Amino acid sequence: MNRTALLIRLSPWLFTIGLFVVWEAAVYIFKIPVFFLPPPTAIAQAFVDYSGPLARNSWITLQTTLIGFALAVGFGLLLGLVVGWSRAIYAGLYPLMIGFNAIPKVALVPILVLWFGIGFVPAVLTAFLISFFPIVVNVATGLATIEPELEDVLKALGASKLDIMRKVGIPRTLPYFFGSLKVAITLAFVGSVISESVASNYGIGNLMLQAQAQFQVPLIFAGLVVLAIEGIAMYAAMAILERRMTGWAQRSGFAQA
Amino acid sequence: MSAFVTLDGVDHAYAGAGSALAVEELSIAVEQGEFAAVVGPSGCGKSTLMKLATGLQFPRRGTVTVAGQKVTAPVKIAGMAFQAPTLLPWRTTLENLLLPLEIVEPHRSEMRRRKVEFAARARNLLTSVGLRDQGEKFPWELSGGMQQRTSLCRALIHEPQLLMLDEPFGALDAFTREELWCVIRDLQAARKITVILVTHDLREAVFLADRVFVMSSRPGRIVVERKIDLPRPRDLEVTFTPAFTDIVHELRGHIVKARQ
Repeated sequence: MNRTALLIRLSPWLFTIGLFVVWEAAVYIFKIPVFFLPPPTAIAQAFVDYSGPLARNSWITLQTTLIGFALAVGFGLLLGLVVGWSRAIYAGLYPLMIGFNAIPKVALVPILVLWFGIGFVPAVLTAFLISFFPIVVNVATGLATIEPELEDVLKALGASKLDIMRKVGIPRTLPYFFGSLKVAITLAFVGSVISESVASNYGIGNLMLQAQAQFQVPLIFAGLVVLAIEGIAMYAAMAILERRMTGWAQRSGFAQA
Repeated sequence: MSAFVTLDGVDHAYAGAGSALAVEELSIAVEQGEFAAVVGPSGCGKSTLMKLATGLQFPRRGTVTVAGQKVTAPVKIAGMAFQAPTLLPWRTTLENLLLPLEIVEPHRSEMRRRKVEFAARARNLLTSVGLRDQGEKFPWELSGGMQQRTSLCRALIHEPQLLMLDEPFGALDAFTREELWCVIRDLQAARKITVILVTHDLREAVFLADRVFVMSSRPGRIVVERKIDLPRPRDLEVTFTPAFTDIVHELRGHIVKARQ
């Protein structure tokens, strides 16, 4: 491995460590009080002191997020296929979906609580509601952009719409679909944490809210760090999945350059 | 005996185009085993003619008959190739070739049982267009000319009786294009299939076709029908003979007139 390649491999770690070093130094130099902005070492200490609650609650948040995300994948894929299937359905549903997507999902939490009570279910549903939209849009786009010539070639052979969907539409939509999963998974975290902090007794969102009430600022930040780590891990998982499933679409050297 | 492909007094307009006709009073008859070329100014409805003859569009007025039957659905006995090769990037070249067999009956239901035989057929076809041992490559690993050869093979794999070519060589460089003229010339000679070639390249039309049809500008109509009686098999050298250039020149005159 030459030096540039090594540097690129190490660079994420260097930047992350660099951020924490600068942060620590800034807190130290400007004498920022811990209850305002705790230094990374204090956050690390909070990790040690509260390892039990952090582990328990981050596990709950992860579960909530993944269940909501799974619902979003199933529903988003289905709706995307339906919307991509027929132009009339597309035209009919598109404004509705955009309108729905424009609603801040935090505004829906009270309604969900009204229906399902506080706790697990509203959090799962918020994660689901916030993350299905990009999946629908991407799947529908993939289907809508089938080359008309290719459609003609197949139609002239007597292919049904379902044939074209199976042989061409769905395979060519996969890169769009897997690409959208990376966006959707991070949004799902946003959704579950929003709901947890407004209406739940569990989860990282709730833990941060309680820490705030008790003025345990390092613990709040520890909660943020946990969320960031979970987010990165899930994003990476989706990126690996994407590369595995749609290697043919990733042959360009553009993104690697 | 009636012709293999007949369009009789056909008017057609696309949905959403209002009353603006794409073709008007279009009549053309192509015999079985004949190589017909359709030339004309751009936007004259050449591609509409293709869609009508394959049953992808149905005329507003007039009738279209293929193989003795009025066209009321996609004809299924046609293979098509376009200017863009439209290969599927997630399939290897060989798998791309097999695509029509997965769609069209009776091959479709026999796909599983005769897979090996079909693959062998596809490999033979690839060899016949000079793509021996390229079947395992993905389309994007092939050059433009090779992709277009693959696209031609895909149009022929189900042994259609009718081959429709819509400017299939338009995006290729001059040398590759002439190479492919010879490929298509040999394929047609060997299989005796009926070919309708839509093109704006007059040399291509005259070199390949038995008859050249000149279309007027939109709404399209056949204004001239020219029999090409250059002897077959034709060699590329024929394109440099005075007889050949005269025909090209004459057709060019018709097109200039058609554009006005």
